[in-house]
Amino acid sequence: MNNTFIALLRRDFLMVLRNKSEWLQPLFFLVVVVSLFPLGLGPGPTLLSRIAPGVVWIAALLASVLSLDHLFRSDYEDGSLEQLMLGNQSLSLLVLAKLLAHWLTTGLPIIALSPLLAVWLNLPMEAFPTLVKSLVLGTPVLTLVGGIGAALTVGLRGGGQLLALLVFPLLVPVLIFATMGVSAVAGGMEATAQLGLMFAYLIMALTLAPFACAAALRISIS
Amino acid sequence: MKKNPIMLFIHKTGSPAYFYWLSGKFIPWLWAAFFVLAAWGLYQGLFVAPTDYLQGESYRIIYIHVASAWMSMMIYGIMAAMGFIALVWHVRISEILMICSAPIGAAFTVIALATGSLWGKPTWGTYWVWDARLTSELVLLFLYLGVLGLHAAIEEPRKAARSVALLAIVGIVNLPIIHYSVNWWNTLHQGSTVNLAGESTIDISMLVPMLVMAIATKFFYGAVLLSRARVLLLTQDIKKQWAGKALQNPGVHP
Amino acid sequence: MVTGANGCGKTTLIRIIAGLLDASSGALHLPETAIAYVGHYLGLKDTMTVRENLQFYARFTSGGRDRDIDADLERMQIRAHADQPARSLSAGQRKRCALARLLFQPDALWLLDEPYANLDAEGLSLVDGLLREHQQQGGMAVVVSHNRMVPDDLETKTLRVEAWSDVL
Repeated sequence: MNNTFIALLRRDFLMVLRNKSEWLQPLFFLVVVVSLFPLGLGPGPTLLSRIAPGVVWIAALLASVLSLDHLFRSDYEDGSLEQLMLGNQSLSLLVLAKLLAHWLTTGLPIIALSPLLAVWLNLPMEAFPTLVKSLVLGTPVLTLVGGIGAALTVGLRGGGQLLALLVFPLLVPVLIFATMGVSAVAGGMEATAQLGLMFAYLIMALTLAPFACAAALRISIS
Repeated sequence: MKKNPIMLFIHKTGSPAYFYWLSGKFIPWLWAAFFVLAAWGLYQGLFVAPTDYLQGESYRIIYIHVASAWMSMMIYGIMAAMGFIALVWHVRISEILMICSAPIGAAFTVIALATGSLWGKPTWGTYWVWDARLTSELVLLFLYLGVLGLHAAIEEPRKAARSVALLAIVGIVNLPIIHYSVNWWNTLHQGSTVNLAGESTIDISMLVPMLVMAIATKFFYGAVLLSRARVLLLTQDIKKQWAGKALQNPGVHP
Repeated sequence: MVTGANGCGKTTLIRIIAGLLDASSGALHLPETAIAYVGHYLGLKDTMTVRENLQFYARFTSGGRDRDIDADLERMQIRAHADQPARSLSAGQRKRCALARLLFQPDALWLLDEPYANLDAEGLSLVDGLLREHQQQGGMAVVVSHNRMVPDDLETKTLRVEAWSDVL
């Protein structure tokens, strides 16, 4: 059973690497969106440092959701998804492999870029580790919960926008906990509670989302 | 062996013709109950209840606001429950009731937001205030819009219903977490927002009309839900035998 | 073997058997084996080479793990294209690549939707060969085909689907 998980993980990872735009585009988008804020709101360092956690997180949210559309779509269109469903492996486990591949190619680069974005937005240095921690705990949730939306909308014409509409309300808690945590540390306080809640939410998403995704895929393919 | 009458009833309502007939009987009573309760509640709330010592006359909008807000949440819960039943036991009536509940719930959410906004103007000077409850209602509205959007995007009705059911269940699981996170968010950004309901404990003469309105809106929901469900059922089954018979002989036991 | 005019629901039927679609009424009794399905959408990744595609499915099925992929490619007569991306192949070559999956699942119930479509004469006899071998080893297959029949020497039951109402 492990073999198929790894086989699928490798396959998806390989495919994203080959299709460079698939993982580079969300990153470019992330960078451009973040830079729009100083351009739109003025370069005043105090203002920027206050909005920094929110801006980085909102941009990460947008970039993640943008890339979710591809998650199941190509498999749906060329028939690979059906093949995955017909094997005797648990579909939820296979979905987890796909979600993991997605996070490795989307979430990890966002985490890697975050210090740069934090510097641009004048986030106090003390808050950098918390920002990174919040992204480490939060980006998997973006992939997991977003994956449910992607599974429900695969093959639909409304596609990306509908996906965003479905997924954003569900991700409000992640956004709130993450930005509040980073702001707290930037203001000299602790963020253990916020990060703790994010961790709990991550565990919940990790256990429930693959099943929801699998169920959604079965509905979408019928 | 005597069959359990409850199971028999549930089994019967699964049949579209029976459901159509039975709901047709209920609807007038639901409307009657709504009008009686709403009339009494509004009269009590708008004319009889005393003026609030903090907010004057403008507070009276809570008689509609609170009932709408409660309904918006209750309907989402019912939607998710119907969705669960539909997914697990493939009960078609469950799907129909779930689909028909969505626009009603969304409408109540909009009313709650609008009345909340109107309340904010005389009380705080602005039409919108990001307090915990209004913000929660707004996110709830987005959840409803997602449900409506997903349903509209899928052509095959039963597939659409199953997809929406899953979404509603995911939504209901998230809803408590969303509420909690918005509450926390609100208390920490205290500077610009204050709880619309205020700190004063509510007087019994204000409480009773509010509860009466809350109950009245439940009857409203029931009446509108059953009406919409009948129409949807007919539209979907228009080619089937029972539909023709029901249209020709309304009120006749199938 | 399932045959009949276009649009009568043969594909729907085979998808129900595969478990991809739920039947709205009636019951399905299936043997306890795995299922190998080659449908209208072949399940090939365009950006991966032929060999990579097959290697993935080999790892994916329990019967495929120790196979010699090159030998299988040779049998399906696409070995020459093994390192080309799947999108650069012709329809017939892609079909052979998809059908090669069947070699990994000799014990499964084979569900084939129009296996003869897009194939040249050699391809057609390849498919016949696969079916013969499968039956000799005790396997069962459901084949949907609207113009070519399975070989006569195979033990076959034919279901002719005339109209949608038959499937419903």
